[in-house]
Amino acid sequence: MIELFQQAANNASTKQTKSVSRRDFLKLTGMTTSGFVLGSMLPVSLPAWAHGNASHAGDNTLNLFVTIETNGRVNIICHRSEMGQGIRTSIPQIVADELCVAWKDVHVVQGLANEAYGSQNTDGSRSIRNFYAKMREMGATARTILEQAAAEQWAVPITDVYADDSFVINRNTKQKISFAALAEPASKIKPPAPDALTYKSKKDFKYIGKPIQILDLPDMVTGNTIFGQDVKLEGMLYASIERNPVVGSKVESFDKAAAMKTGGVVDVYKMPEQPTPVVFNPANGVAVIATNTWAASQGRKALNIKWGDSPHKDHDSAEYLAQLNQRIVGKGKTIRQGGDAYAAMQQSQQTVAATYTVPYLVHAPMEPPAATAVFKDGKCEVWACTQTPQSTQQNVAGALGIAKENVTVNVTLLGGAFGRKSKPDFSIEAALLAKYTGKPVKVVWSREDDIRQGYYHAISSQHFEAGLTADNTVNAWIQRTAFPSISSTFDGTTDEPSDGELSLGFGDVPFHVENLSCETHKAPAHIRIGWVRSVCNIQHAFSQGSFVDELAHAAKVPTHKMWHQLLGNDRLVNPKDQGFEYGNYGETLERFPIDTKRLKDVLDDVVAKSGADQPTDDGEAWGISAHRSFVSYVAVATKVRVKDNKVTVLEMHSSIDAGTVVNPDRVRSQQEGSMIFGLSLAMMGEITVKEGAVEQSNYNDYQVLRMSQSPLITTYIVESDAIPGGVGEPGTPPVAPSLTNAIFHACGKRIRDLPVNKHFTV
Amino acid sequence: MISFTLNDKPIKVDADPKMPLLWALRDLLDMTGTKYGCGIAQCGACTVHMDGTPIRSCVMPLSTIAGKNITTIEGLPRDASHPIQQAWLEHNVPQCGYCQSGQIMSAVALLESNPNPDDSAIDNAMQGNICRCGTYPRIKAAIKDAAKNLSTTIASTSTSTVTPTSTSTGTSTNVDFSLAKNAGEKA
Repeated sequence: MIELFQQAANNASTKQTKSVSRRDFLKLTGMTTSGFVLGSMLPVSLPAWAHGNASHAGDNTLNLFVTIETNGRVNIICHRSEMGQGIRTSIPQIVADELCVAWKDVHVVQGLANEAYGSQNTDGSRSIRNFYAKMREMGATARTILEQAAAEQWAVPITDVYADDSFVINRNTKQKISFAALAEPASKIKPPAPDALTYKSKKDFKYIGKPIQILDLPDMVTGNTIFGQDVKLEGMLYASIERNPVVGSKVESFDKAAAMKTGGVVDVYKMPEQPTPVVFNPANGVAVIATNTWAASQGRKALNIKWGDSPHKDHDSAEYLAQLNQRIVGKGKTIRQGGDAYAAMQQSQQTVAATYTVPYLVHAPMEPPAATAVFKDGKCEVWACTQTPQSTQQNVAGALGIAKENVTVNVTLLGGAFGRKSKPDFSIEAALLAKYTGKPVKVVWSREDDIRQGYYHAISSQHFEAGLTADNTVNAWIQRTAFPSISSTFDGTTDEPSDGELSLGFGDVPFHVENLSCETHKAPAHIRIGWVRSVCNIQHAFSQGSFVDELAHAAKVPTHKMWHQLLGNDRLVNPKDQGFEYGNYGETLERFPIDTKRLKDVLDDVVAKSGADQPTDDGEAWGISAHRSFVSYVAVATKVRVKDNKVTVLEMHSSIDAGTVVNPDRVRSQQEGSMIFGLSLAMMGEITVKEGAVEQSNYNDYQVLRMSQSPLITTYIVESDAIPGGVGEPGTPPVAPSLTNAIFHACGKRIRDLPVNKHFTV
Repeated sequence: MISFTLNDKPIKVDADPKMPLLWALRDLLDMTGTKYGCGIAQCGACTVHMDGTPIRSCVMPLSTIAGKNITTIEGLPRDASHPIQQAWLEHNVPQCGYCQSGQIMSAVALLESNPNPDDSAIDNAMQGNICRCGTYPRIKAAIKDAAKNLSTTIASTSTSTVTPTSTSTGTSTNVDFSLAKNAGEKA
């Protein structure tokens, strides 16, 4: 789904022109001393391999994942963005395992934007899912070439040699040649065909499945890291941009002279007016350009911008949500149907109905967006904390009116992202200002900019109704959802959720209820809507997981038992059987089925291991929930204490079945992070809008979870040989319902409108 | 011109006295280990030590640090040998890493004032440091381990006055993004 959005956004195609080599470009821009050693700066004279027919020479060296230097250093490209998930370690782990290289020789090189790598959009919990097989192939290809080179030196068949620990060894003579010594001769060998490759079996893995320490860790504990905010180029200027508080409004006037009087300010520039729909365009605004960040931000205060009108100036999130709540109780547009839920409901012994809401949310990564660009002789180079280097390349090219090939995008470390940094708006700003000034420019977003100029998680309303028979079987199920669609960002007129969004925990409801109706209602967008970690699964898992708990309460059975009843027998669910075109995160149901057994298993696992079915002290209780998303299965058990109207989260346990895992320590850290992210949004996450403008501004009024609110956390990983599923996002959706269910069981108060801090002190 | 001591070296900065220390460090002195997160002392990403006490450099005007002794993350051992750094490595604490300079500086200051903190002392000391990745449980565990290690070895390092081993002021261009130390060498 996200891939589709990216394509929609990348429609501004650019003309093909003669490509200029990176080395020429560096000479042209005089940037060889920037101190960055990134993908394109690999020594091109040294051996390199890539998949298939990729040439080893000249400009095509960008098409590589593995390079071995004559000193034995093995460079492995990481083409995905590092934002805390550990991908700069886990990609090399996969390649290195098949390559049979000693880990000490492995050196990770961050890939530039380059289509040759395949998609670099680091989103949708799919770096490992989409590239596990490919990375093994890259490692196996390189290993086979090294073995071939050694076999030729010894004049023996390749079957007589094998690679291990950065050497190729002769099985018969036990002679060894190092990878370093083989680097040159190997470079002349044609890569083998992919179908001729052999792969390790699981029992022989040395790195895959091992909790290897992340490669960037030593730098992270010494402050030696470069994030987007940290880039510095010679002669660089700093820009701070005042952007429109209401989407669509334009700059009518501003006080350039006042801003220019601020010490350190060198220029003030009205950003080019951007068309609607908003897409990934920078917001309208005025940039203050200065010799340092502080001066730029001070100059900005003097701008006194008068903003023009906007069709969204009357948007009020509280009124809007009230309207959604009215609409949601009526029958909507059916997107999936089995039997006749309305008729069946008439036969039910007991009916239960509830409406749930989730407010607007914002990502608020610790590092606000930042990008640095230089423009010279019709070419642009960008350094940015971006999740989407290719989209950045394309959109920067479009904004500058140059060919994509003339834009180089370097990916720094990302100081958190959660989906915000998949939008290239901040890089476009830097590129426009670099072109305007003729100098390197870093655009520094403040925290206020980040909170007020987001691509927000949609405000939403969900309504559920179910009927129970006399024996407490659920015989009818109606669920409805309404929220402004991400599609509105790309087409301002869209007022209905896309199938892609409905595929996130709504149309794929895995319950075995004979009479079922899934419906949607319209909801126009008034602010920029985007994807936030686990996207629509947030509201869909919250409402579904809460409603299962409500049904259990009505049926007087444990929630765990109600989950089992609803999931039914072990089976594979195909939503298409009931008319819903399910996206399945871009995967086929053959490779990644909706498997009710796997969902029940993680639920059973977390209940058994956490003790969530055991009695608790007075005022304390457990809540559970489970959810399949990003083709992985997660269940969460949360224990709370409610006392004096204060909720304290005591324990949180999470069990994940993500298929094969590459780095279990990073899977655990993602689980921990997903729980804290989910807890943060459930307890206190809320963006409100008044008169079209976001009311919050910083961590003082957009509160996020702190150390004292962080519970004891335990994670479980289900052993599995299944194909790798997603890890970064699926841990978040079940958190909110497990929390509010626990609160209900502790004190009897059911929270259906997040966040929790509207009702309790947290 | 404002004079102060930065990581044990005398330094002079020619800047607006109202400029917060954070931006002088980052933009004027190229010491980018100290991060910007909020600008209003809410998140702790910019935490440094002033005469051994943790402060939020984003709200500390240069005028107030004249003559003071400032220690940044670059002032901790470059070989990561401080017990807090060691515990961070042991627990694989960071995810994205952005807030970790501030977390580490707060943790170092905590152990200097309270060598054996309990859970609530850790919560209090670390409450001002936000991590959006959710590394809190590991931070807490790492601080406890570091405290244990500190109590079993006679403190040999006074961390607020560690001398940097490299020319850490004036340039950050020695930082090679891709030259991450190899975990295998580390182990």
